[in-house]
Amino acid sequence: MPGVGKELSGSILYAAGNGLLDRRMLLRSGLVLASAQLLGGVPQPAQATTAARPRWMNEPGAPFTPYGQPSKFEAETVRYAAANRQLPANGASWTPLHRLEGMITPNGLHFERHHNGVPDIDPAAHRLLVHGLVQNPSFFSIDALLRYPLRSQLCFVECGGNSNAGWNLAPYQAAVGYFHGLVSCSEWTGVPLSVILDEVGVDDDARWLIADGADAFAMNMSIPLSKARTDAILALYQNGEPLRPENGYPLRLILPGWEGVLNVKWLRALKLTRQPVMSRNETARYTELLPSGKARMFTFTMAAKSLLTSPSGGMALKRGAGLYQLSGLAWSGRGRISRVEVSADGGATWAPAELQQPVLAKAFTRFRIPWRWNGQPAVLQSRAVDETGYVQPSRQALLAQRGRHGFYHYNAIVAWRVGADGRVTHVYADANQDSGTDGGIDAGWH
Amino acid sequence: MRMQTRTLAQTAVLTLAGISLVGLAAEVTAPAAGARATCAHCERSGPGLGEPATSAEIKALDWGIMPSGVGLPPGSGAAGQGQRLYTQHCSSCHGPGGQGNSAPRLASARQKLTDDWPEKTVGSYWPYATTLFDFIRRAKPMLRPGSLSDSQTYALTAYLLYLNGIITAEQVMNARSLPQVEMPNRHGFIRVLE
Repeated sequence: MPGVGKELSGSILYAAGNGLLDRRMLLRSGLVLASAQLLGGVPQPAQATTAARPRWMNEPGAPFTPYGQPSKFEAETVRYAAANRQLPANGASWTPLHRLEGMITPNGLHFERHHNGVPDIDPAAHRLLVHGLVQNPSFFSIDALLRYPLRSQLCFVECGGNSNAGWNLAPYQAAVGYFHGLVSCSEWTGVPLSVILDEVGVDDDARWLIADGADAFAMNMSIPLSKARTDAILALYQNGEPLRPENGYPLRLILPGWEGVLNVKWLRALKLTRQPVMSRNETARYTELLPSGKARMFTFTMAAKSLLTSPSGGMALKRGAGLYQLSGLAWSGRGRISRVEVSADGGATWAPAELQQPVLAKAFTRFRIPWRWNGQPAVLQSRAVDETGYVQPSRQALLAQRGRHGFYHYNAIVAWRVGADGRVTHVYADANQDSGTDGGIDAGWH
Repeated sequence: MRMQTRTLAQTAVLTLAGISLVGLAAEVTAPAAGARATCAHCERSGPGLGEPATSAEIKALDWGIMPSGVGLPPGSGAAGQGQRLYTQHCSSCHGPGGQGNSAPRLASARQKLTDDWPEKTVGSYWPYATTLFDFIRRAKPMLRPGSLSDSQTYALTAYLLYLNGIITAEQVMNARSLPQVEMPNRHGFIRVLE
């Protein structure tokens, strides 16, 4: 690996093969980096105005607005929805991770998964019932919940089916957000569930908690009581404002690090029980079929995952060979991300990326690393390691363990190929790529 | 003593960005002990802002059906009536005879769970028959959820079990018989629980 670990030209320090630089280079002043750009998406510098007073300086600007909206020039910074053709409210919409930076997902771009639409709930007419194996079955109004001490936590919520096109035989080509964007990260504020459990007095023999939603689907899911006691939140606020309707207004469950479907939205009841209810969505769905014909069930934790968001599929390195800023996201349902490594040579060598502070447990962690592209085809990958020592698996390793029909919990390393023309495509980096042309997966979003 | 003893100040400890802050929400008003609803077996640690729920209120809101059959209501139905309801409410999406359309196939899996393209139907995959009743009653039909009576729900459940060759056309499903139906894939799951 010529050049690695050596000062070159008095300023460039390489950290891994094929041009990955030491992450500390990002701190140096004077480092000029290019970013990958979406094909056709971003105005080019050549379009910059040369007028001393551009037209928007020659007249008063727009007046105030009751609720701010993004610039009209960000018309592509939007969710992408896919729904059942006969039931347009049964489907999912993806967060445009390829258009975002930092660690927070704006509320209007948080991913959605609705099984039968978004209910229009009047908070004054909504109550939470806590019942079952409790001393004092009780209703809690939204107003009553707001009078308890609130707690905030920044954490991701990820659908169990996120990234599931990764099981496809052929690499799926889509913008990274419209492939891996059934995950978002917000600050959630609400009442710790343990406080409300103490209020109703949970019986000693209770082991599970069945959460019930107030949507047309009446979603019900079973949750171990131990999680409810640890860090579950009855969330009322998302990034500082009341929950959005599509994220459970006026009340949802937040189970940091756990599969999205368990974070029941529009929460209307919690029942303490000895056994799980074995609902449709914890048996027929959100279970992972293994090659043996047996299926994993109650797989709660979303394991560590990372991916480069820039560059990523559908982008291009338009400035040609030179220094680029690679940026991506990592997260783990088991705790903090302890490191993210990046490879530019198809996985032969790896360099540690800089982690944006703060690094929080069960939250998005932004990572960045500088890369000197030599203009030749290259394969870029990232892999996350969390504080438990768990290492994000290669696709080959994940398939060897789970087969191809698990549908849920796909968290393998993502590889992007940069062509000589700078265009970025999704590839499977493993030596023995799958053969075949069938790009379909084995279940739909029903 | 079943309750954890925990003070309001302790529950208000915020841990965000690695910094611990202690503070109380401005509007928290803890009524005097005498004003709290009392519990026969324990002492409340919180302000007690919940309103007691009566058993009638709970019964009206508790739709969960356990695999043991707990929660199943009175009523009954068989496959014949279920077939008529299925044609009326379900087949436009799930296809005639549960063959699938815009919604998943429900019966007659052509591929086994160990085949290259496994099909997960009620008969090949679902571990509990009670789940059918729970799901149909709470969520179906998608355009008018909650519109079926309990006996209609039993009938649709019976039809789907019949379509999958699990019960006969004559078998009546009710609160007693449904939990006794043994599903073919009853033992097909591994509980990961983490």
